[in-house]
Amino acid sequence: MTLNAYLILSTIIFSIGLIGVLRRKNVLMLFFSTEIMLNAVNIGLAAISKFHGDLTGQMFAFFIIAVAASEVAIGLGLLILWYKRTGSINLDDIAKMKG
Amino acid sequence: MFEIVAFCLFSVLTITMFSITVLTNNALYALSSLAAGMIFISAFFFLLNADFLGAVQIVVYTGAVMSLYAFGMMFFDTLSEVKEKVKNPRLVFLLSGMVSLIVVVIFISPILGENLEAGVPVNPSYGNTVDVGLVLFTKYLVPFELAAIMLLVAMIGGIVLAGKKMEVSYSDMTEEEIDAHIKEEAQIEASKKDVK
Repeated sequence: MTLNAYLILSTIIFSIGLIGVLRRKNVLMLFFSTEIMLNAVNIGLAAISKFHGDLTGQMFAFFIIAVAASEVAIGLGLLILWYKRTGSINLDDIAKMKG
Repeated sequence: MFEIVAFCLFSVLTITMFSITVLTNNALYALSSLAAGMIFISAFFFLLNADFLGAVQIVVYTGAVMSLYAFGMMFFDTLSEVKEKVKNPRLVFLLSGMVSLIVVVIFISPILGENLEAGVPVNPSYGNTVDVGLVLFTKYLVPFELAAIMLLVAMIGGIVLAGKKMEVSYSDMTEEEIDAHIKEEAQIEASKKDVK
């Protein structure tokens, strides 16, 4: 397979995640879509790492995985707190700062 | 030949799984298809000779992140319908337009990587795991330690945020005690509302 095939796949998966972020109003689904987008980037980095003969891409993929893990921990904690307080996980309800 | 077959198979599977995640209205379907998609993505890492990354993908995503989501979803009423109507379609059009513009710019931009040299070349004689370890603990030691601190902070933050009111464990109490506790909580809530 060529590098282009992997990059095109990465773009397609990223677009799926982007559609999710733009379209869904469920905050849980928003987190899922973010995970999809991060994974798409990881595929691209690993592909470039192989076809370039350079390990830097894999290193960045590791750090992206670490960022994703901490994002989930904090985000889910905040979401649980919000749900306990309001009983809703709709994105439109979190518009407290709307003037 | 094997690589082409595997690539096509796993790309179709991954795209299907992630489409289900994005398009379904059932949070449980979304969760399980997301977990499946994560596992299928690790296949690409194995195809790309990034064995350690593939193992980390399975362990961290399907082992840690997905179980975290599964536990988190116990706090939510996951089967309740969330109104998915987009109230402001103009904003969505604007955002999609800007995103497509950025994608076009990315695709037509000149490729600078044609004659770059590998800064951290792969050593095929070591094997992927040894190679990754060598680079991670020499060139990327400081980011590695920073990532460790970040994960620690995230863990403490998660415990503090989600673990409020967890000093009472229902599993240690008898049923009468639980009923009494719930009544007491309701009274405290009611008195708080009166003050307001």
